[in-house]
Amino acid sequence: MGELNLSQVLEKNRSFVDEFIEESGTDIRQCYQCAKCSGGCPGTFAMDYLPNQIIRMLMLGMKEEVLKSKTIWVCMGCSTCTTRCIRDIDVAHVMDALRKEAVKLGYTEHAKDVVTFNDAFLWTIRSWGRLFDAGMLMMSNIKSGNYTRNMQYALPMMLKGKSPLIPIPHGIKGTKEVKKIFRLSKQEGK
Amino acid sequence: MPKYALYPGCSLETGGIEYGMSTHAVAHALGIELVEVPDWNCCGASSAHMTDHLLSLALPARVLANAETIPGVTEMVAPCAACHNRFAAVEYEVGKNEELHSKINSMLEVPYTGKVKLRYYLDIFSNPETLAEIKKQVKHPLTGLKVACYYGCLFVKPPKATNFVDDPENPMAMDNLMSAIGAEPLLWPYKTECCGASLGATKEDACTKLCNDILRVAKDSGADCIVAACPLCQSNLDMRQVAVEKKYGLQYRLPIPFFTQLIGLALGLDSKALGFKKLFVDPAKVLQKVGAA
Repeated sequence: MGELNLSQVLEKNRSFVDEFIEESGTDIRQCYQCAKCSGGCPGTFAMDYLPNQIIRMLMLGMKEEVLKSKTIWVCMGCSTCTTRCIRDIDVAHVMDALRKEAVKLGYTEHAKDVVTFNDAFLWTIRSWGRLFDAGMLMMSNIKSGNYTRNMQYALPMMLKGKSPLIPIPHGIKGTKEVKKIFRLSKQEGK
Repeated sequence: MPKYALYPGCSLETGGIEYGMSTHAVAHALGIELVEVPDWNCCGASSAHMTDHLLSLALPARVLANAETIPGVTEMVAPCAACHNRFAAVEYEVGKNEELHSKINSMLEVPYTGKVKLRYYLDIFSNPETLAEIKKQVKHPLTGLKVACYYGCLFVKPPKATNFVDDPENPMAMDNLMSAIGAEPLLWPYKTECCGASLGATKEDACTKLCNDILRVAKDSGADCIVAACPLCQSNLDMRQVAVEKKYGLQYRLPIPFFTQLIGLALGLDSKALGFKKLFVDPAKVLQKVGAA
């Protein structure tokens, strides 16, 4: 991480921290670093900072370090941290909010796979109202350049009757309603 | 006759088709009426809540609003834990925030009022009356079958949003069901440990490690099988088990049936109708226990 002058960093990013608290609706300043969140987190082995460190770094205004971290993209939202937090901080929700912020500001170095997966997933929902597995997999693999990822499961899924032999998406009646939900939530987010 | 709205979600007809099959078979046998939510859409889990907060609430809110149009229904169940969690998020967040509620409704064609409440799926079977009914109807008790009940995270965590339906660290609904059908639920520490969820699609190595931990602890606890209540967890543990074994040089061969499949088996329902053939890891061991193999 290198050397940091924390008072300068905090001064520069104070508005980011304040806005983050406001927007995420989670007052991270309540944290007193008991580290219970990290103790129970199943993903720490693949993280660069522990969840309690992320909270502390946020409090110190270390915006770039947090948004560039691997940690926020390893978190799978199991909410064990939130469940156990003695200070009532929704840590899993903080991770969600950080992911959104990181995408918005372009800090996606460690997130390419997750972002392409999410985009492909949501593209099928927006188009047909429901998940279209085959379409999602294809789109996700094409965009990430990892063409064979998870393809080893396609044939077994078909043979078990869990995936159609000829994948054709079927839209729901309310596809237009779903499109409207996507459109309006995007407008609000701006 | 108890009647609930059913949200099958995208997996009960695809990856978790045996969960859907056994859900319908068991509900029918127990006289529980499940009415599918009309024209339901995907709840958005978990890509939507990583991407856009409003979207992550409006998508499941549309489903709840559609469930409200079913006559005579006051509760909805979502057998998939990840879906369940999104509906819980709507009730928790939208229910306490009028401004957010009207914003969400401005995005929907049919308004969401909150009159149909989310019900913990396991509880429509494990409540005292239905549990007694199951005990009464058991034809082939699964005597001697040691089961590791695996709830996954999202039915019970975080407890504030999921309404404290069961203990978040040591849930018991499935254990009680397994006892009722004669099986032996094990005391094991990984009931609600995470399987890696959608990391299976994006960071396979991490998912494989988490699945290995769960399989290993279940095996060490003496389990004959792990019983699942979430199609994503089940798929990670079942479909990816070969990959886990290969990576770690181990052999588990642990069948991962859904709890509804085992209830159906004990009730004497046809194993074909319960979708046992859809499981990747051969469930012969489990079926032999009741002479259904």
